[in-house]
Amino acid sequence: MDDTISLLRVEALTKTYGERVVTHVLKGIDLEIRSGELCALTGPSGSGKTTLLNLMGLLDRPTSGRILLRGQDTTPLDDASRTRLRARSLGFVFQFHHLLTAFTAAENVLLPLLSLHGNKEPWMRERALTLLAEVGLSDRADYRVTDLSGGQQQRVAVARSLVMDPPLVLADEPTGNLDTQAGEQVLRLMRSFNERRGTAFLIVTHDESVADLCHRVVHMVDGRVDSDTRNGVEGWEQDGGTSVQTHEPLS
Amino acid sequence: MPFELFVALRYLREGRLQTWLILAGIGVGVGVIIFLSALINGLQQSLIDRTLGSQAQVVVRPPEEMPRILPRADSALVSSVVQRPPQRVRSIVEWQRVMSLLRRTPGVVAVAPTVAGPAMAVRGPGSTAVTIRGVDIDSYESIVDLRGRLVAGTFDLAGFKAVVGTELARELGVGVGGRIRIQAAGDRGGVYTVPGIFDLGSKDLNQRWIFVSLRGAQTMFDLDGGVSTLEVKGDQVFQAEELAGRIRDRTGLDAESWMARNGDLLVGLRSQSQSSVMIQVFVILAVALGIASVLAVSVVQKSREIGILKATGTRTGSVTRIFLLQGAVLGAVGSLVGIAIGTTLALFFANLARNPDGSPTFPVDLNLWLFGRSVAVALTVGLLAAILPARRAARMDPATVIRNG
Repeated sequence: MDDTISLLRVEALTKTYGERVVTHVLKGIDLEIRSGELCALTGPSGSGKTTLLNLMGLLDRPTSGRILLRGQDTTPLDDASRTRLRARSLGFVFQFHHLLTAFTAAENVLLPLLSLHGNKEPWMRERALTLLAEVGLSDRADYRVTDLSGGQQQRVAVARSLVMDPPLVLADEPTGNLDTQAGEQVLRLMRSFNERRGTAFLIVTHDESVADLCHRVVHMVDGRVDSDTRNGVEGWEQDGGTSVQTHEPLS
Repeated sequence: MPFELFVALRYLREGRLQTWLILAGIGVGVGVIIFLSALINGLQQSLIDRTLGSQAQVVVRPPEEMPRILPRADSALVSSVVQRPPQRVRSIVEWQRVMSLLRRTPGVVAVAPTVAGPAMAVRGPGSTAVTIRGVDIDSYESIVDLRGRLVAGTFDLAGFKAVVGTELARELGVGVGGRIRIQAAGDRGGVYTVPGIFDLGSKDLNQRWIFVSLRGAQTMFDLDGGVSTLEVKGDQVFQAEELAGRIRDRTGLDAESWMARNGDLLVGLRSQSQSSVMIQVFVILAVALGIASVLAVSVVQKSREIGILKATGTRTGSVTRIFLLQGAVLGAVGSLVGIAIGTTLALFFANLARNPDGSPTFPVDLNLWLFGRSVAVALTVGLLAAILPARRAARMDPATVIRNG
């Protein structure tokens, strides 16, 4: 019996750019991410991976089709509602970590919490410190992020993506800008969070070794899903795509 | 601390040189406004004080005498030339009743009866035309601070005593305790002792005015218990013209305000105020452009970070507030710097040069209202200047700015 729930589903999703010269980036995508999944989104450059990720992350609007987040159709929502939904349900890890350089590691992690609740409270820093400890950076909490290495910055970005305790984290080439060792560390972290807390990850990657570590690999070619396969990685029942993992909140 | 303020303060702190430069710019701007306002207000107040230090805000007199042509019973056509008669010192009819009416008039603080008329002051071979001012010193003190203007002797007007100005004393060669003859029309007058000498701050008045007792002046001008003028002090110096209008309406007498008597001074004061306002407007404009340009640069510099903030759940309204708060903080802190600069400059100027009587040559008027107004102006300008950059930041599309790095 499948006890996972649908976190994010896209139906017949298309995206075009340009008015005079129209470029069809996505040509009708149907895809569902369920709780607890560790899913890789692969494909050659220009296949539409990042565009799909931005649409799934409610950062952009589709040309047609629907995006359902935990069953709710987000297509008719206004920007404020989409922002609210994004803040509560999704975490992001970007290729270039995209941390705020004016802030310390701990402040970067707690900013999404602060933004949602309005006022700085002691428990926010506690939660940020807990996450930084989990990514192995408790001794760097009060460092400016510009004083951290690329791998450490990306680990801060992973901690930030999890601070709101979202059921799904969208990661765009999280290891693309790191050396092999730092990249492996970041992946291990993601997998660890996935296994321990049941947080689902959708990871856009070019790297086959990254895809090999995921339970599921969605391959895109020319704006379409070319294949959707499941890996027999440890802790995952390959047949049926079911999982015993459920999302376990942080607090 | 609220999220928006936390981020705004951090961005300003991170901007170091940029932030310090714009704070210095706002500080100098607000400092100039405070310094200019303090100096101009101080000079104007000093001028008004000097002007009203010797005259009442409103002077009430009987209406001028004008001849009337009597109608002829036979309806004959008559050609006549009407000449304006020479004006003489006349009493206000029922002046006690009028004075009581004036005291009940809204805006009136004090009323004093006086007698004023022309005479000659003679000492030995020297003689000069003067204006005699008969006053009841106790009531007149509430209009003009005469005792404060004494430079020698006392203000004792009992009996045949006359207090003269410094110029007249010098011209007639008379000192405290000396005697002069005062001769009014109709051979009225007598020999008066000089118990004191005043300085009203005007050479002309120091040369022409002689103060005697009200009763002495009534006798000198044959007014027999009457008074020629009622001098009025109002609660608002710059409402004197309106007060004079109300008095005219209530009494039917001539009422002239200090503003009507000193038209040139008022034109000068207004021109000064207008130049000051123009300078302030340009300074405010420069400050506003400075804040707006710094924040516009900041929005461009921070566009990627704004995109990240929005991607991680920061609402558009919060992004707007972050930049508005930066403008407000720059305005508020800049105005405090400006208050320090303006106050230092103003005090330095006030102590730079002094008049012989010890008063500053450049009097300055620093007050809380001026400081409060400067903070309010800088805060408003900061907020207004931040609106465009804030709107630009709020409109940023997170996907685009993240994609473009």
